[in-house]
This record gives sequence, C-alpha cells and structure tokens, in this order.
Amino acid sequence: MTSAFSKAAQERIPGIIARYAEKRGALLPLLWLAQEEQGYVSEEAMKEIAGWLDLTPPQVYETVTFYTMYNRRPIGKYHIQVCRSLMCALVGTDNLLGWIHAKLGIKTGQTTPDGLFTLSQVECLGSCGTGPMMQINDDYYERLTQDKTNRVLDDVKREGKCPLATGPFMFPEPAQK
Amino acid sequence: MATHELLLLKNMSQPGYSGSLADYERAGGYQALKKVLGKIPPGDITEMVKKSGLRGRGGAGFPTGVKWSFIPKDHPGPRYLICNADESEPGTFKDRQLMERDPHQMIEGMIIAAYAIGVRTSYIYIRGEFVLGARVLERALAEAYQAGYLGKDILGTGFALDLYVHRGAGAYICGEETALLESLEGKRGLPRIKPPFPATHGLFQKPTVVNNVETLANVPHIVNRGAEWFASIGNPPKSSGTRVFCMSGHVKRPGNYEVPMGVTFREIIYDIAGGMRGDKPLKAFIPGGASAAFLMPEHLDVKLDFESVAQAGSMLGSGGITVMEEGTCMVWAAENLLHFFNHESCGKCTPCREGSSWLLQILRRIDHGKGKMEDLATLTRLCGNIAGRTVCAFGDAEIAPITSTLQYFRDEYEAHIREQRCPFRSQPAPELISVGR
Ligand SMILES: Cc1cc2nc3c(=O)[nH]c(=O)nc-3n(C[C@H](O)[C@H](O)[C@H](O)COP(=O)(O)O)c2cc1C
Ligand code: FES
Repeated sequence: MTSAFSKAAQERIPGIIARYAEKRGALLPLLWLAQEEQGYVSEEAMKEIAGWLDLTPPQVYETVTFYTMYNRRPIGKYHIQVCRSLMCALVGTDNLLGWIHAKLGIKTGQTTPDGLFTLSQVECLGSCGTGPMMQINDDYYERLTQDKTNRVLDDVKREGKCPLATGPFMFPEPAQK
Repeated sequence: MATHELLLLKNMSQPGYSGSLADYERAGGYQALKKVLGKIPPGDITEMVKKSGLRGRGGAGFPTGVKWSFIPKDHPGPRYLICNADESEPGTFKDRQLMERDPHQMIEGMIIAAYAIGVRTSYIYIRGEFVLGARVLERALAEAYQAGYLGKDILGTGFALDLYVHRGAGAYICGEETALLESLEGKRGLPRIKPPFPATHGLFQKPTVVNNVETLANVPHIVNRGAEWFASIGNPPKSSGTRVFCMSGHVKRPGNYEVPMGVTFREIIYDIAGGMRGDKPLKAFIPGGASAAFLMPEHLDVKLDFESVAQAGSMLGSGGITVMEEGTCMVWAAENLLHFFNHESCGKCTPCREGSSWLLQILRRIDHGKGKMEDLATLTRLCGNIAGRTVCAFGDAEIAPITSTLQYFRDEYEAHIREQRCPFRSQPAPELISVGR
C-alpha cells in the first residue's frame, strides 16, 4: 500500500511521538505533517495516523474537524485569508476585500478559475494594530493599501511569494540610529 | 509623560537586534539562568516570583508565584510547564512580537520556571497561524540546546529540560488553559470542568503550570534585578511591573507599547499612541481584548492596572486596547465581535453554543434595519442566561460587548430599530461572511 507520507516524513514520525508521554499527544503535529505532505489531510492519512497512535479513525476525524486549519480537501494553491475581526474591520477590511475582488474577481469563499487563489475571511490573526491584513499560505501581509495588495498578488502569482511579507514582527519598528 | 525603562521590549528596540542567541547573550541574556541553576533552591525562586507581585499576563491576572506553589511537591511526576502562545484574543498582538523578536527572553524565563517547579518536559503551545513564530522558536530552541541551556545536563548542574514547540491548528478556545491541555493531548479543544485544577491534574492528568508568553518573559528580569525592584514598578502591590499594551483601531500610532502599569488610558491613547486618527472625538474603547466590556471617554483617567479597570466595570484582560472614533456604529461593532464568539464557541456548553448564535442573529437583524424593540429585552435576557453558566470564561466574554454597548449606547440600538436602518451607514451593510477552511 502506498503511504500518504513520504519516506522522509515517515522517518520523522517516531521522533515526534517520543515527545509526548501519551502517543495521542502527537496527533496535531502528525496532522500538520500530513498537510505539509499533501496540502490537505486525506482520509488515508487519517487512517495511517490512527495506526501510528493506536487510535480509531473516528478519533482522528473528530479532532481534525474541530480545528479550522486542517483542510480536508485540496484548496487553491494560494489561500488568501483576510482578517474580518473588529480591529481590522475598523481600519478597512471592506476596502481590502474590494481590492482583492477588483484584482482577482473573486469574493469570499470563491477560487479563481485557474485554481490559484482561494479567498476566505477569518477571525483575528494577531495583527490588529497593522490592519487591514491578510495571510497568504504561511505569510502575513499587513498595513495593506490598494497598491500594496496589487503588488503582493502579482508577486505571489508569479513567484509564489512576495518580499512585502512581514518578517519577525515588531510594530512600531524601533527608530534607526 | 515621563519616559520609563523598557524591560521586555528593551533588546528588540536596539537597532540591529536580531533575537539570535549571540545577540541575546551580548545583551546580558542567560545571566539569570546562570545565577539560578544549582545556586538558588527551586523553592526560593518561586518565593521570589511571589514577592515580586508578578501576575499573569494572559488575561486572568493570577499571581504567578502562587500558581507555581500549587504544584504538589511530593508528586512523583512528571510535571509540566506550558507556555501559552495561542494569542487569539482579538485586539492582542504582543506575544507574537515577544516571540518573534526576542525568543530567548521567553525561553530563559521558561527554563527558570521549569527549574522552580521541577519540570523536565515543557511545551510552547503556539497558535497555528503563527508559522513564522514557530520557525523562530524552533531555531532559538536549537541554539539553546547547542549552547547547553537545554537538554540533559544544563550548564553542568544536572538539571535536565526538554522544550518543544507544539502548534495549534486554528481554534481560539485553545487559549483557555484546560482546552489547551486537551488540544495538547490530541483531542478537540473543549475546556475541562474545574476542579480539579491543572496544578494537580493537568497535561496527561499530571501537575501542570500554564503561563502566558509575556508572564514568562518577565521572569529573567525578576531574577536579575530582584523581587523588590520589580515590586516597585507600576502600581504595586496589586499591579507590579510593566505591560505590553497593544493599541489598535482609530489611533494615529497603533502598535505595541510597553509601559508601567498605572498609566491612564488618556496617556496611552493620546500621548503614546498619538491620539485619535484625524483628531476626531473618541467614542468608546475596549480596554483588554474582545472579551472586555467597552469603556467610555469618561473612563479616560482610569489607570491601566488590574483593580482600576475592574472597578470601572471592565478588565485589563490581554492588554489589547481598541479605540473607536465618533461615527463608529456600536451595534455593528458588537455584531462583529459576536460573529467572532459565535464562530469560536467550542460547542460544549449549551448556553454559549446556542446563545452566541441567537445573539448574533438578533444583532444582525437590528444592524440590518429589521430589528424590533422587544429584541433589546431578549438580548438582555439571553446574556443573563449565559453569564456564569458555562464551563469556562468564554460565556462571560461573549456577552461583554453586548451588555456594555447596551448600557452606554441603548439609544443607538433604539435608533436602528426605529429608523429601520443603521444611522451611521449610507449603504446597505456589507455581508461579511466567514467560511473558515
Ligand atoms: C476563552 C479564553 C481564551 C484565552 N486565550 C488565551 C490566550 O490566547 N493566551 C493566553 O495566554 N491566555 C489565554 N487565556 C487565559 C488562560 O486560560 C490562562 O489563564 C493563562 O494562559 C494563564 O497564564 P498567566 O497566568 O501567565 O496569565 C484565555 C482564557 C479564556 C477563558
Ligand atoms: S483583528 Fe484583525 S488581526 Fe486581530
């Protein structure tokens, strides 16, 4: 049977399990590993993980479905998540959604016809002082303007990433001497 | 306002500071650990933290040293220390900065805490979205192992500690400490009924301390400079030390600012954060994250310490201060927050699970011009049926935006209902929906 995990990933699994006094503790990390491998958590992966951790597949499934970040089906290559919570909304979530729509033609919940971008609205991402903001896959983009948003989307489409992504976060940035 | 010394943000405020181990050590990092390990008995460290007056920065403000002292001394173990880096309270973004810009400060605090309570295995539970934060921490932990600050025989003293990063996966409730423990055990993040408390029955039913990132980051400073020194900062004895306040909303200079507790809202809004955007009048503010009741301009001279904010009818909470200018619709603001709470309710307790959805529906109806006057009484009744009737504090949190806006802005609710539209908005309300993943 082929595995949902690559050989390299499989080799990491025992080390991850060893971090926890009870095997089940490794469930979230293994789900992350599965998602890294396949872009989502497939039912095959869930069954394999259940085997590793001496759980039943439903025990894995109930955990997977509780957390919003595990995808249970493949999604667009770039997942745009716009923060809709109050602090961002006060400074222009609506504008940001409008700019994305103008650029990509998609609304919340939709994917571009080429399958590249999926747009979601999510709750607070912990950058409330630097809104409006969005996360694209792993990266944060903050203090967005229309120009900046366009540039990010262009760059990501072309190269998969954009240098405007926030690095180690500090705001306001310290004064330079 | 007088300038004051930065503690937690000091290193990262130096130009060029990278947060690497080398930079941290050059700034005096890990001196506290060296002072402690094998030289000061663990119990004395707990005493020192008690004496310093340090209280938890995660939201509830529980005295940190007291929490540590609840760990049973005769327990065969294992015991656990967990750093709560779930930071998901809307309005809060300080832990992210503390972790990403100066990870070793928090790690040193964790090692000292682990030593004080006799822990050999410890986890940092970081919210799943902080991918960069998790990477920064992994790198910092590798450096710390390499340098002998973590691992089997730390600094040759025989003390051993393993420290791991554990990523959450998108669930606000996992910031609540017992839900966090469930999540760490690989389960759904449903809060546990207390008692028993984590101090005796925590992770895998073993004695466990859960502390916030900022709480732990304070520990090396207390060790380095003494409990008395720390207890002299801020507004002692109940509110010692500084806090990193997260300023958001309609201020000129949003961001993280570290100030001694006891400054006033006026100072932090008008001096430190530069005042209102466009110099508009202030309408209301949230003093401590989305779970804290709204406060009014009349509260500007309230001090930012645990007791004063509680006395004003709200809470210091997570330190997230959200400022709203005149013209902001309070029904819309409450509705936005209830969307959050409804989305994040874990579903365990009926009053919270069902109540949050009813509250949201009613607020949405009023905001969209379809409300009825009876709705206001229904809101109040529903809130009363949720308060204090849930396993965790989420229930009390989700009603705070409604009860406080109803208290201060009842006329605004009534205007929405009377005029059958939002008096602040010329266009129909945009349909903000959340699909999650
Ligand atoms: C719904 C809810 C969410 C919470 N979220 C967080 C959080 O994101 N980060 C945090 O440190 N504490 C959070 N807390 C508080 C924790 O339960 C706990 O009190 C805290 O981590 C203890 O650390 P401290 O004593 O250092 O503050 C939350 C509490 C509740 C009820
Ligand atoms: S409210 Fe948008 S990141 Fe917190």
